Amino acid sequence: MTRPNPRLRALFLGAGYAFLYVPILVLMVLSFNDSAMMTTWTGFSLRWYHELFADRALLEAARLSLIIAAFTATAAVVIGTWAGYVLARMGRFRGFALFVGLVSAPLVIPEVVLGISLLLMFVELSDLLGWEGSNGAFTIWVGHVILSMAYVSVIIQSRVRDLDRSLEDAALDLGASPVKVFFQIVLPLIAPALVSAWLLAFTLSLDDVVIASFLTGPGHTTLPLEVFSRVRLGLKPEINALATLFMLLVAVFVLIANRVQNRRGYSA
Amino acid sequence: MNDVRPGASWSGAADEFVRIDNVVKIYADVVAVKSLSLSVGRHEIFALLGSSGCGKSTLLRMLAGFEEATSGRIFLDNEEITALPPYKRPVNMMFQSYALFPHMTVEANVAFGLKQEGVPRNEIHSRVYEALDLVQMGAYARRKPAQLSGGQQQRVALARSLVKRPKLLLLDEPMSALDKQIRQKTQIELVKILDKVGVTCIMVTHDQEEAMTMAHRMAVMSEGQIVQCGTPQEVYDFPNSRFVAGFVGSTNLFSGTITVDEPDHVQIESEQLSRPLYVDHGVSEPLGMEVHVSIRPERIRVHREQPSTDVNWGHGVVSHMAWMGSYARYQIRLDSGMLVEASVPRLAMMQDDAPAVDEEVYIAWSDDSATVLPS
Amino acid sequence: MLRAPHSWRRVLTIAPPFVWLILFLLLPFLLVLKISFADLQFGVPPYTALAEFKDEALSIVLNLRGYVLLFTDSLYVATYLHSVKMAAITTVCCVLIGYPMAYYIARSEPAVRNLLLIGVILPFWTSLLLRVYAWIGILRNDGLLNNLLMAFGLIDQPLEIYRTDLAVYIGLVYAYLPFFILPLYANLVKLDTRLLEAAYDLGARPWSAFISVVLPLSMPGVIAGAMLVFIPSVGEFVIPEMLGGADTLMIGRVMWTEFFNNSDWPMAAAVTCVMVLLLLVPMVLFQYGQVRQLEMRGGRR
Repeated sequence: MTRPNPRLRALFLGAGYAFLYVPILVLMVLSFNDSAMMTTWTGFSLRWYHELFADRALLEAARLSLIIAAFTATAAVVIGTWAGYVLARMGRFRGFALFVGLVSAPLVIPEVVLGISLLLMFVELSDLLGWEGSNGAFTIWVGHVILSMAYVSVIIQSRVRDLDRSLEDAALDLGASPVKVFFQIVLPLIAPALVSAWLLAFTLSLDDVVIASFLTGPGHTTLPLEVFSRVRLGLKPEINALATLFMLLVAVFVLIANRVQNRRGYSA
Repeated sequence: MNDVRPGASWSGAADEFVRIDNVVKIYADVVAVKSLSLSVGRHEIFALLGSSGCGKSTLLRMLAGFEEATSGRIFLDNEEITALPPYKRPVNMMFQSYALFPHMTVEANVAFGLKQEGVPRNEIHSRVYEALDLVQMGAYARRKPAQLSGGQQQRVALARSLVKRPKLLLLDEPMSALDKQIRQKTQIELVKILDKVGVTCIMVTHDQEEAMTMAHRMAVMSEGQIVQCGTPQEVYDFPNSRFVAGFVGSTNLFSGTITVDEPDHVQIESEQLSRPLYVDHGVSEPLGMEVHVSIRPERIRVHREQPSTDVNWGHGVVSHMAWMGSYARYQIRLDSGMLVEASVPRLAMMQDDAPAVDEEVYIAWSDDSATVLPS
Repeated sequence: MLRAPHSWRRVLTIAPPFVWLILFLLLPFLLVLKISFADLQFGVPPYTALAEFKDEALSIVLNLRGYVLLFTDSLYVATYLHSVKMAAITTVCCVLIGYPMAYYIARSEPAVRNLLLIGVILPFWTSLLLRVYAWIGILRNDGLLNNLLMAFGLIDQPLEIYRTDLAVYIGLVYAYLPFFILPLYANLVKLDTRLLEAAYDLGARPWSAFISVVLPLSMPGVIAGAMLVFIPSVGEFVIPEMLGGADTLMIGRVMWTEFFNNSDWPMAAAVTCVMVLLLLVPMVLFQYGQVRQLEMRGGRR
């Protein structure tokens, strides 16, 4: 059995993971530091957590972000799954290359490009329709859905491809119409991937700064926007507390997604 | 020159339950099925035999409705089904991989088709268990497919495809996923169930033994066309071409010229044999024509002494010999240099009496052993 | 059936996501293109209309002010070049660090592999903003790194990293490393180890077996990962803004400034269009790779 060199392996993986996690760990440790200064440890304290939960503006922004994220994830999963299924099962159709291009564009395009495009569209739309309303949660939601659906379709498309096609054929053969086949056979079998995709879309929405900046309106500050405006000027200890909580939340998500995907491992 | 060989390439069946009419399937620039016509009778088990790429699977998928014929028509019980989608056809298929829905129990799997029809709840229940009892899987109703063995999964798949009482059952390489050991037993069991239910069945396989064991009639396919069609025995005993002769079972092929052409016998001179070949029936090929002659290994006897006839024997040296348990397989190099294969059953030859390698032997065969094949 | 080329069922299945994408992705971008030719104007919207129908005459005005400025003003040109340079170096670093990581993870035993993968995915899912923020505290003159180095006596003056290009490099590599590792891992994990065994059996040493077997086969994954790093990095805004200095010229920041600070939407649009033009070649490369990969993993014949 050919095995890679264990010493090299330990070196590269060790250094790589250290690089990835040192900043995260630093933040976590500092969030419990009594001192506001980064470089001196004056004692274990939860004061920054207290300050965090007393911070109205931040909590309000967090609430908005969570709501938008939930709606984003749900919409992104619906549209992204549809797009992913089309990519995986519809074979080559007219405009296939364009379709692939459009679906995967948000994955690569710089976010500022997406941001300005969508904002301009909303501006023109409101101009055309005489729509008075200003931007806000709705427009941010649309932008986030566009962004996340790309990730969702990649995940779903890959999962559907791995699905044994004869299962769908068998269902058709037994009298189920194509729509029924999708809902009764395909969907249950890709459910774990749907969960992962939902969670990913959720975190993407929760974290977005650029698109939200372009598409937000007065009174609609998302959590990242709030954090961004504060940290541009320097360090803020309550942000450390926020970061720690956030990372724990994501860790839980990732572990859930992982358990779900591994447990219902149907060999389909 | 009356050709009295039975079983020429007639594909018509007495009761045309399934009729395939000049069906063609073209993918991009590849012709997978070339203007194929076939009839299968009611209650018949019919096998499509061929190696991979011959078009048999494509034909099966067209019967199921997963592929659309480029041209041609398909009729089932006098109704045209050519353009019907798979979920509207009274046809059910048992897939090569069984395709049991992993997230449903055995019971739910079998009930799936009935649910789609809108059959009432209690009727579903009774029919599902009726089908499961037929394949002796009633006790496993609550299990999931992953908990079953390959053979058990196959039975559930069969039950699932029979429960809807289809007019036509399609089997896609039914034994390919099973171990060789249990294949034979399963083949016989399957045929018994199909006969009991009385369903018309078309199966696809590349295993000639499987086709011969299970089917009432079979068709040998190559390159999108049917080469020969008939009962297994007909196809085996009277292949209509070198391809079929070599594909269905193994054979020895001699080439020669017809030197005697009578209505009740012909004689062929071949460079590969020192004595002429005598065949006890007339053939349609004329005098002087170059033909091939096929003689199956099991028809060739191996002797130490020269036979008394002046036809149908040859002389050579044993080049290889192996005891295969129930018979001995000989490879003999004739004086002309040609290698001939002979299968001699155990009963016909005592072990210590069997000619060994490098011994000189004579091969001989009866007058009705050889089949003349058109070039 | 769904496979019939022209059935209405097929159209109904393919159309909705396609239409959605055209409406919300293609059209908006075409709008950006249109606006880039408009002129600055006070009011809402802050740009002029392209076409005007007055006195029975249709006049279409293409304002090239923005483009002219972009191509002639050396600052813009320098910014574009600098952005590409930073993205390129970032990509190379991600390849150098990420390839070994992806390789070793892919070649690990399944149980360990899963854990290691979570280890990469966790940062990927965690807020980029917050992780970059962490680097501020580490790289500042009075930050963790400098204090550590000074405490060990390795330096006596703090290293100026924060608010320089170097900090941005660190931030970019840090942020985009998982983007490189994951697609490459997906490619490497499907590698048939028997190919390697065959190479060893034929006498190849580990390093040359790697070069001649693994490296070529992993190229599609490397390219996919590299594009996922390079393309967004060119237009990256948050990281250079938080970690870079005033002279860290990146086109994402320039576009932002034009848009938010100068309210010059046409200019911002022009900057965007040229950015996309620059990225067209790598983007097409990426899409081509995607389409090819989709075709190769095709279902039935």
